[in-house]
Amino acid sequence: MKFMLTALLANVLVMTAAPAQEALQRYEVVGDAIPSSLTGVPGDAERGRAIVLKRENTCLLCHSGPFPDERFQGDLSPNLAGAGARWSEGQLRLRLVDASRLNPATIMPSYYRVDGLTRVGATWRGKPILTAEQIEDAVAYLTTLRQ
Amino acid sequence: MTSGWARLRRLAPAAAVLAAMAIVTASAEIPLNERRSGYADLGRETKAMQDDDTANPGMLAVLDGETLWSAKAGSAGRSCADCHGDARASMKGVSARYPAFDAASGRPVNIEQRINLCREERQQAKPLAYESRDMLALSAFVGLQSRGQPIAPPDDARLEPFRDAGRETYNRRQGQLNLACGHCHDDNRGQRLAGIVIPQAHPTGYPLYRLEWQSVGSLQRRLRNCLIGMRAEHYAYGAPEYVELETYLMWRARGMPMETPAVRP
Ligand code: HEC
Ligand code: HEC
Ligand code: HEC
Repeated sequence: MKFMLTALLANVLVMTAAPAQEALQRYEVVGDAIPSSLTGVPGDAERGRAIVLKRENTCLLCHSGPFPDERFQGDLSPNLAGAGARWSEGQLRLRLVDASRLNPATIMPSYYRVDGLTRVGATWRGKPILTAEQIEDAVAYLTTLRQ
Repeated sequence: MTSGWARLRRLAPAAAVLAAMAIVTASAEIPLNERRSGYADLGRETKAMQDDDTANPGMLAVLDGETLWSAKAGSAGRSCADCHGDARASMKGVSARYPAFDAASGRPVNIEQRINLCREERQQAKPLAYESRDMLALSAFVGLQSRGQPIAPPDDARLEPFRDAGRETYNRRQGQLNLACGHCHDDNRGQRLAGIVIPQAHPTGYPLYRLEWQSVGSLQRRLRNCLIGMRAEHYAYGAPEYVELETYLMWRARGMPMETPAVRP
């Protein structure tokens, strides 16, 4: 039964999801952090920088950071410079995965969550904003922002 | 000239609405004396474009509307002017008090829907499509007759539940980014979203010419843009949810002067 359901779901996903859809990785929250990598391996800071800067990933809507070449940055939230000194890797991971667990009133989106959302547009429905791999890359990059 | 916020947009195909838990957030309403039109944040050149009727591209729609006003239409063979005469007198201040309650449907109608009621019932003509050239032209022409007039939502108790529904939609988190309108337009007004000053979302200028659209568009088109930016399901033009939002936004902007046809980036 369980197998059939999985097979059925896989079928549906193949049919409807444009970029391959991944099931969310499970993770464990300890205090205000997710200590372990979502993918089991460390992320790549260089790729992470590109992810944070990429417009579709939305970080710079709200944040600015040590990016002198970026014309369009936001000021709705703390500057990302020094984030790696203020927060541990695990804290940064939970912050990206689901900031609402740190502050239910936050405006920062939960980048790795699909439940508890309302009226998500069809293009984005059922998908986290970032993949587990992208989260790990972004976390790896943020930890390098020491000043 | 495209904005960072808008460049995030991707076309979202229409699809069934997810019935999901509504998370209502409390945003503080802007004190009346701190309200400012999106006009206040425009650059010098864009302001000049709005201020000068010979440079304001929205005036082309107004001129088209003026022609339509006196054109006979429908099987009744009557023009707007046949019944309403000189729009400068008969339509003065009208757009400033819409949406208004329509007893026949038991709901508020916005100015476009009000115009279509006359098309259908008085002219016996086909209703004009939302965002069609003729609808934008007529609503811009009717809207111009309220330019400078204070927004004056009707003091009509029947509107209240719809205004409240609009307020609720405005304050509800939605979309993949899980934001509410009020998170940006109340709590972070005047801040920069990817470099763009967040306006207070006052509906003072519609229909208006948007540089990014390179055309005139309605308030509902603007709301649709924001919903897509939030990665939320947008509504069909004319949907009750939009009219409720309009009812709330007009009330929120009560007393502010109309600017139709405004210019925005
Ligand atoms: C809609 C606005 C918004 C977006 C988009 C957003 N954030 Fe945030 N972020 C915030 C706010 C506001 C805070 C401050 C804490 C809070 O309110 O939760 C914050 C806090 C943070 C912090 C902790 C900052 C510190 O040093 O105190 C980090 C790191 C961070 N965000 C990274 C990101 C990254 C990376 C992205 C993109 C993947 C992102 N944010 C997208 C609004 C946003
Ligand atoms: C046959 C006569 C007739 C024609 C033609 C006609 N209307 Fe009307 N219109 C009316 C009447 C009567 C009312 C008010 C009564 C009602 O509620 O229907 C009205 C109401 C309106 C209102 C609302 C006014 C207010 O104070 O709330 C608007 C706006 C309007 N018409 C626009 C138009 C436009 C634009 C056209 C042409 C496309 C048009 N009308 C054509 C008869 C007409
Ligand atoms: C993430 C922030 C954000 C959210 C959430 C948001 N908007 Fe906007 N809105 C903007 C920005 C930025 C602009 C300015 C236009 C631009 O350049 O894109 C704008 C413009 C507007 C305007 C035009 C104001 C004018 O002067 O003409 C209205 C009206 C509006 N928004 C209403 C809404 C409504 C209603 C919602 C909720 C359904 C909403 N917005 C959600 C950021 C937001």
